[in-house]
Amino acid sequence: MLDFLFFVEVLLSGLLTGALYSLVALGFVLIFKASGVFNFAQGAMMLFAALSLVGVQEMLGVHWTIAFIITVGIMIALAWCVEKFVLGKLVNQEPIILFMATIGVTFFLDGFGQTIWGSDIKILDIGLPNGAFDVGGVFIDQLELVAGLTAGALVIILAIFFNKTKIGRALRAVADDHQAAMSVGISLRYIWIVVWTVAGLVGLVAGIMWGSKLGVQFSLSLIALKALPVLMLGGFTSIPGAIVGGLIIGAGEKLAEIYVGDLVGGAIENWFAYMLAMVFLLFRPQGLFGEKIIERV
Amino acid sequence: MFYREAGQFKSSYKEDQAIFPILQDRIGMGIILLIAFVGIPLFTGDYFIGAIMTPFLILALAAIGLNILTGYAGQISLGTGGFMAVGAFAAYKFATFTFTFGGFEGTMPLVITILLSGVMAALVGIMFGIPSLRIKGFYLAVATLAAQFFIEWVFIKVGWFTNYSPSGVITAPPLIIMGYEFDTAAEKYLFTLTFVAILALAAKNLVRSHIGRGWMAIRDMDIAAEIIGFKPLQTKLSAFAVSSFFCGVAGALWAFVHLGTVEPEAFGINRSFAILFMVIIGGMGSILGSFIGAAFIMLLPIFLNNVPPMIGWNIGVDMVAHLEFMVFGVLIIFFLIVEPHGLARLWTIGKEKLRTWPFPY
Repeated sequence: MLDFLFFVEVLLSGLLTGALYSLVALGFVLIFKASGVFNFAQGAMMLFAALSLVGVQEMLGVHWTIAFIITVGIMIALAWCVEKFVLGKLVNQEPIILFMATIGVTFFLDGFGQTIWGSDIKILDIGLPNGAFDVGGVFIDQLELVAGLTAGALVIILAIFFNKTKIGRALRAVADDHQAAMSVGISLRYIWIVVWTVAGLVGLVAGIMWGSKLGVQFSLSLIALKALPVLMLGGFTSIPGAIVGGLIIGAGEKLAEIYVGDLVGGAIENWFAYMLAMVFLLFRPQGLFGEKIIERV
Repeated sequence: MFYREAGQFKSSYKEDQAIFPILQDRIGMGIILLIAFVGIPLFTGDYFIGAIMTPFLILALAAIGLNILTGYAGQISLGTGGFMAVGAFAAYKFATFTFTFGGFEGTMPLVITILLSGVMAALVGIMFGIPSLRIKGFYLAVATLAAQFFIEWVFIKVGWFTNYSPSGVITAPPLIIMGYEFDTAAEKYLFTLTFVAILALAAKNLVRSHIGRGWMAIRDMDIAAEIIGFKPLQTKLSAFAVSSFFCGVAGALWAFVHLGTVEPEAFGINRSFAILFMVIIGGMGSILGSFIGAAFIMLLPIFLNNVPPMIGWNIGVDMVAHLEFMVFGVLIIFFLIVEPHGLARLWTIGKEKLRTWPFPY
């Protein structure tokens, strides 16, 4: 019985950590869907957003809600700059060139954020609950639970945004076909700014969650690497995929570390997710919910 | 005015297919090799040779390896560091392996050790290349990260690879060939240069051959390539094998010649990204581009590190590091915007201009 409870606890903790990965992966999916850009800078954007939030809060000494609003402004400005100075200049280039450009953005943001706000580990406290509570013998971390619920809420909000609003429809049109979308009068520039802003806001939320968990520090941008297998598993173009992929990776990673890790020397968390995703992709090359890849000559 | 092919007639297919068809190119290449083999060791200091030229050459070799895979065969890989690690650790295992053969007892000759380590890396490369038959594009790029992290983990966790060294660090044996020890910076540089020059020539010829054309066909559109008769299995896996061979040799040289003492972290994910940068900034699908890219990515941080003190701008060390990050990012974006096809493309354009200079009409 105890073993079973332990299993449930590990599983739940894994699922909730997975929800945190999903939050990061969501940002990737949004941008990939709308512009076909594989945005490596998502992790850096998350770090930058979290750093800005803490920095603004410290500098102005204001309540975190005001700092949050200012940070939203910063993320919009960032999205505008990225479109204006990077993507706008690289229209019609090959995907790998755009990918490289986002790595350039990553470097810039990592350096920029730390130049402005300093590189010490900062504590982000916006009053999220901490500590664990007990449900029938299973301990659940409150922060992770909040993160899981937030991820769920975000997906619902994004789904409504994409399906019910005018901008959302425009976004989907651009995702389907750039030229067709332009021909019916959708401004590509505007849409890209919107989608980078949304990705930036998702990054901000993810940054708040991870920042509350680990403290705001440089290593946050490396979590982006953890989100990649999630992305692969769920499919690059699917929002539900990011969530389901996150849950599978999170749970699989934790269970593997506990039950298999000891047999082979531990610390398998670093690569297990990638292997899992890779083996999975062998059977389904477009991920769980990705659009079927159709190739024509 | 001087760079003209006028009057150079080719009277056989062999001449037409020469690697440097124009006389001026041959002279230019000869001068570069002369400078590299004679000029640099004679006229520059140990710091320049040991800390800049040697690592530059080794990284250029790794960049050629990745360029074969990404630039020629179109398979994006983020596992370069892992394959370099395989080369380094395989070389270490081979070098410390004593064998007896008909009364003769000793270790393997150094050159064979390094080449064998490349072969080991190629085998590992083939293994991790198998998914490329199903997984494509960015999905593959992420899948190769599995190779990167898995290989790094194996070398940290499995003591056998480091001969159970408690710190997990390997120390390369002295570089001895036929009883002669390469120990000064200049000698090590020449050792590296010989390897790099021969392998670069091999790569250049390989990509001009049937095999290279197969890679490019797969890159441009794999289904079409399959229809005209290139087998995807062989073509893709051969690209992975050759690419990993180059990376493995580069890794072995990095461990044996450049660093001497290595831990698996030296071949981390950042190394993979740096080499991908070299390939893309230098020019995908260009051997020359690999060298230019390696020089650029190698020299830029050194340059950025030295500029603020030089102009008398006194800022803290971590500030310099952050600014370096920023400038690095901006420059990458700048070069991508100015020349998305890499710096090698600028050279090609320059050559075209040179041909008609000074009367372009």
